[in-house]
Amino acid sequence: MKQYVIKRIAGTVPLLLLVTFLAFILINLRTSDPAEIALRVNQITPTEEVVQSMREELGLDDPFLIRYKNWMMDSFQGSLGTSYVNKKPVLEELRQAIPPTLELAGATLIIIVFFSVSIGIICSIFENRWQDRFLRGFIFLLAAMPSFWIGLLLMWYFSVYLGWLPTSGKNGPSSIILPAVTLSLTFLSTYVRLIRNNMIQNTQENFILYAKLRGLKQSTVMWKVFSNSIQSALTAFGMSIPRLIAGTVVVENIFAWPGIGRLCVKAIFNSDYPVIQAYILMMAVLFIICNLLVDIVVVMIDPRLRREAK
Amino acid sequence: MSFFKRLQQDKLGITCLLFLGVVSLAGIFAPLIAPHDPTLLQVDMKLAMPSAEYPLGTDHLGRCLFSRVLFGIRTTFFYALLAMGVTIFSGVAFGILAGYSNGRVREVILRFCDAMLSFPSEVMILAIIGILGPGIMNIVIANILSKWAWYTRMIYSSVQQYRSKNYVKFAQVHQASPIYIMRKHIVPGISGEVTTHSTLEMGWVILSISSLSFLGLGVQPPAPEWGMMLNEAKNVLFTHPWQMIPAGITILLVIVALNFLGDSLQQAMNSKSYMASPKQQRKLFRLGEGRKMVSDHTDR
Repeated sequence: MKQYVIKRIAGTVPLLLLVTFLAFILINLRTSDPAEIALRVNQITPTEEVVQSMREELGLDDPFLIRYKNWMMDSFQGSLGTSYVNKKPVLEELRQAIPPTLELAGATLIIIVFFSVSIGIICSIFENRWQDRFLRGFIFLLAAMPSFWIGLLLMWYFSVYLGWLPTSGKNGPSSIILPAVTLSLTFLSTYVRLIRNNMIQNTQENFILYAKLRGLKQSTVMWKVFSNSIQSALTAFGMSIPRLIAGTVVVENIFAWPGIGRLCVKAIFNSDYPVIQAYILMMAVLFIICNLLVDIVVVMIDPRLRREAK
Repeated sequence: MSFFKRLQQDKLGITCLLFLGVVSLAGIFAPLIAPHDPTLLQVDMKLAMPSAEYPLGTDHLGRCLFSRVLFGIRTTFFYALLAMGVTIFSGVAFGILAGYSNGRVREVILRFCDAMLSFPSEVMILAIIGILGPGIMNIVIANILSKWAWYTRMIYSSVQQYRSKNYVKFAQVHQASPIYIMRKHIVPGISGEVTTHSTLEMGWVILSISSLSFLGLGVQPPAPEWGMMLNEAKNVLFTHPWQMIPAGITILLVIVALNFLGDSLQQAMNSKSYMASPKQQRKLFRLGEGRKMVSDHTDR
């Protein structure tokens, strides 16, 4: 087990290097000169001399690999540069924007887990009866709606028509409900289907037949089915965490939630490259780390894989 | 029974296919059908409810919503078609290339795909838009760049699967040229999977284009686009909730039709082995017999 973990961690190092390198290349592919942009947003007319001195100041004349090295070293030390627009350090902006996004993603994950497990179980109990088909049809329809439209519909119904919840912004615990529900709806259908099909498949397994033959209580048998069905869903939940954080972009913009998705879109509008770069870097690292953790946890849970890993 | 015959018996699938056909035709002939110019401003007519003159009402600048939805097909639907076509085509081309070439070419393609796939596609799209700047063509490019690697991997693995089939080995023994084998055996083999995935991918791209346009990163006004129409509707949400219905329902219908069509295609494809029509199959599945049939089939 230990060996497997070490091997996996060692395997992510080249991947991390590759991804950071890609992020660096991506941002260097832009057509406009960053020195010129940095001057423009500060309303300085970019004459040739000023641009040249700015280029030297930003270290843009160094060779490509040296710039990559410098950028990596800076990033590791936590200095992600300063925003072109408001001259604040990017790290500071991220530090303000990350907690709300994590809150939103956490609340969404709770909603997804709770509803997908309960609806999945209900569907599998009423397999192919009207309850099952109604629930699945309903979830299917929800999944086909674009999230920004659901967001608008929910906002109109609950905030404007009924007046129960705040429309947008982040003030008070009730303001998280609408964004979290909106975000969870896009993920729900996959998990409901996954858990339902796993449950149905597992009820036909031999070990369940054996459990029934032994005369175990119905609830015990159901628990066996459930605990075996949840495993692959667990992997999927883990994999969806970075997806969730990346997927907050649209929802955060609808509900004016002050998270990183909104920060990134604002940065794109302003061509604020340091912020975009930091966002990409953070997301890529997050994605890799989450995948690593999920892989390790799955191997820890599943005895068959544990043997293979050895 | 041929694939098309089986699809024909699937009423739901045919309905969806017809619907999507009508949508495409409506997009092509939009200038003939639309009652008004979609960009014509008539501020005195703003935010009208549906009437004989304006079938779906007018927006906050007095533009005919029905005409805007119609012309929106040209932006959202047709650009999505373009993005999907290029993505699938490059995925198939690289996938077959990787699956059929040995050694270095394959390794380079697959490692490159792995690196691309280590970015979640949502982030990749945002990154590319961030670099290229907002605009519909940039969204199309971003979608293609962020998805082709996934299709390449998928096609690669199914090509591998077909390569180990006996009839392909037989053709190889007969010294058939690789191009002949690809054309005769590999491409027909994977075409079913590719068609199914292209309908699903299409839905995905439509959502991507319209959500980015909703954020203001895509189509620039005054060009009509479904996502952007919803963004405009958001500003008058409190007073005129009707505004968000036409474009929203349109997106919903198109996505649902694409998803159902994908399901039907898959069913029509998978029933090669047993000769039940999709309708009969659904009935069998409902009776709980379907799974037994499938397991019988796989055991064999």
